Amino acid sequence: MKKLTYFLPLAVLVVVGLFAIIQLKQVSDGKSVRDLPSVLINREVAPFEMAGIQGHGKGWGSKDLVGQVTLVNLFGSWCVACLTEHPFLMRIKDQNLIPIYGVDWREKDPAAGPRWLAKYGNPYTLIGNDPQSKVAISFGVTGAPESFLVDKKGVIRYKQTGPVNANVWEKTLWPLIVELRKE
Amino acid sequence: MMLKAILFVMALAVFSPTPSLAVEPDEILSDPALEARARVLGKDLRCVVCQNQSIDESNADLARDMRILVRDRITNGDTNEEVLAYMVDRYGDFVLLDPPFKTSTLVLWIGPGVIAVFGLFAVGSFYRRNKNNTDQTAVAANPQTAPLSDDERKRLDALLKDDDV
Repeated sequence: MKKLTYFLPLAVLVVVGLFAIIQLKQVSDGKSVRDLPSVLINREVAPFEMAGIQGHGKGWGSKDLVGQVTLVNLFGSWCVACLTEHPFLMRIKDQNLIPIYGVDWREKDPAAGPRWLAKYGNPYTLIGNDPQSKVAISFGVTGAPESFLVDKKGVIRYKQTGPVNANVWEKTLWPLIVELRKE
Repeated sequence: MMLKAILFVMALAVFSPTPSLAVEPDEILSDPALEARARVLGKDLRCVVCQNQSIDESNADLARDMRILVRDRITNGDTNEEVLAYMVDRYGDFVLLDPPFKTSTLVLWIGPGVIAVFGLFAVGSFYRRNKNNTDQTAVAANPQTAPLSDDERKRLDALLKDDDV
């Protein structure tokens, strides 16, 4: 019994260490610590319509997602992580890999979104304005950026919390997109 | 006198138990009955950005938008249960500050109790062992606490004498 208690600190260290390793692994795989299992996976996108942002057309709604595999991306000009993600979205657009539907989330100044896109480029097929988080809440969003892979039937199949980067794209998003296109 | 007054105010600030509400005047519904329901719901819903505050307590932008959404739905005739169901539909049980008791939340509910029982057992066995050590039977079983034999005492005296330089 006594011998066993000598090993107790070591056992605690091993358990804590394992947790640390698992967390680090998840961070390197593009998963954020604040990731929550989304209840929306394999559920249809809730019906919504939203207006466009200044100078970028009429906006879009849930119906626009049906019939093709799409990436819905939630961003804001105020969001620092969105800026780190942005060059990768531009690459997806330039190589014509998948249409990206943008949700400009919670802009205090309606001109801020268009200004941001003019400065850094516009990777979006269509962009909607979501100043009061109505669309964000219907996607169960907790922070920007978040992206959702939506299949041809308009069903959410994957949620990416935090920036889309090369690692996430190669390991998860692109293989899944190829799968979903076959369905 | 002045000092006492300052101390009193400081104590009041520290110990007054009312949580500060983040609900802003422009959000409040004109119908007090509906607003009262919104307050009840606001206390039950988690601010998903800050995680340990309710949406009524949080200053986060998203919490504000959730408060407004709750009020929109109440005004449009949703019952309290329907409003909560709407949020759970999108954020899962996580959005409820008082999560329901079911298989997926079992650990959450009974975990602390299980740990407390383990702790009580550990403390109990610790005291029982300590008590045993003072018993004569335990002394025989554990030579380290047994009295010294004559041989040992002689050796100890010799060693102590050696040190007296």
